[in-house]
Amino acid sequence: MCLGIPGEIVSIEDNPLGLRTGTVSFGGTQREVSLAYTPEAEIGDYVVVHVGFAISRIDEEEARKVFAYVRELGGLEELGAT
Amino acid sequence: MKFLDEYRDGASARRIIRQIQDTATRRWRIMEVCGGQTHTLIRSGIDELLLEQFDPIHGPGCPVCVTPLEKIDRAIEIAARRDVIVATFGDMMRVPGSKSDLLRARAEGADVRMVYSPLDALEIARRNPDKQVVFFAVGFETTAPANAMAVWMAKRQGIDNFSALVSHVRVPPAVEAILADPECGVEGFIGPGHVCTIMGRQEYEDLAARYRVPFVIAGFEPLDLLQGLLMLVELLEEGRPIVLNQYTRSVRDEGNAQARRIMNEVLSVADFPWRGLGCIPGGGFRLRDEYADFDAERRFPTTSEPAREPAICIAAQVLQGKKKPHECPAFGTQCTPTSPLGAPMVSSEGACAAYYAFRRYQEAGHVA
Repeated sequence: MCLGIPGEIVSIEDNPLGLRTGTVSFGGTQREVSLAYTPEAEIGDYVVVHVGFAISRIDEEEARKVFAYVRELGGLEELGAT
Repeated sequence: MKFLDEYRDGASARRIIRQIQDTATRRWRIMEVCGGQTHTLIRSGIDELLLEQFDPIHGPGCPVCVTPLEKIDRAIEIAARRDVIVATFGDMMRVPGSKSDLLRARAEGADVRMVYSPLDALEIARRNPDKQVVFFAVGFETTAPANAMAVWMAKRQGIDNFSALVSHVRVPPAVEAILADPECGVEGFIGPGHVCTIMGRQEYEDLAARYRVPFVIAGFEPLDLLQGLLMLVELLEEGRPIVLNQYTRSVRDEGNAQARRIMNEVLSVADFPWRGLGCIPGGGFRLRDEYADFDAERRFPTTSEPAREPAICIAAQVLQGKKKPHECPAFGTQCTPTSPLGAPMVSSEGACAAYYAFRRYQEAGHVA
């Protein structure tokens, strides 16, 4: 239930209460998502979606840091391992 | 899928595992708060790969599991009314109440509908003006802003046939209850990444300072949990009881202010009876008086008997991290996902369901 899935915003509309909604693509499957809580998100951005709401805009630079971290741990002995 | 698949890379995982094995000088008792994190740990076998470094204590971060029995019974009672449609998240459908569950109620003729989003429940209310629609509003702080928005919109758009059966819980008081328990053996925490996306890190800074215990806020994919565990082991080995954020692509220090604004407008903090943990002061949310008209418990007064749990179910001890699912006498025999005795066996985030699905019939590491 705290499941949040990352998806790409492909279009954005305003709804009657002035709250933005968008169409978000999850690897091809599309769904309408409320963007009320991510006012800074634009088309092409990725957002974490939970129960039909975008709860955060994914920061791509921060996202890459996990892999930079892993690379720094590196070491050739990992190749072809266990 | 972008921002998902990369975090499941096996080679990267092996590197982090090796580093954890090189860094840990002893076995640490670590609690991962979220049920979603429990599932990733068990499904990817991280608990078995790091047997000597971690004794994983599974946290109560499964909102379905901790929804009070009384609320389940209430939902079933309301659903039985002819003029009512109950809309609920899928997970809640098979959670056992005192005598029945929502799925069985539906089989007996109640109009119970599964929804993905609280806004879907609101839409059902718009399309069925001659019926009452009750949304079973369950969840942690991650879900509270979404559930609050449905009530907020219902009031502004005058959707008067909509109401919410509110059963919302807050994580920090439950973590505090676990820390304050003298039997608590938890030395470090993997913090809830999506709860913190909404709430930020301040509440965990307070807990870390008061209880001198480290927290690493982590995401839900295997690499997130592994990096989080490595960061936590480093803190434990160095004796540094601070808060770090592994899930920086989603969690900002200040959390999501827009989400909290609506949440705080509709909901206020209240004492709450967590299933399995008992009443936790400030452990949940209730609807504010300005939104009392949308409270399903007021709209549909109850006539039901007090709730009772099946005696053999040890969900309480599992949720408190005192026992593991396979230590339950009913595990895998009387209690299975298709005929559950308690919530943790039903929920997609429940520890018992994870152990059952990924075959942890005994202590991890033993040959079956």
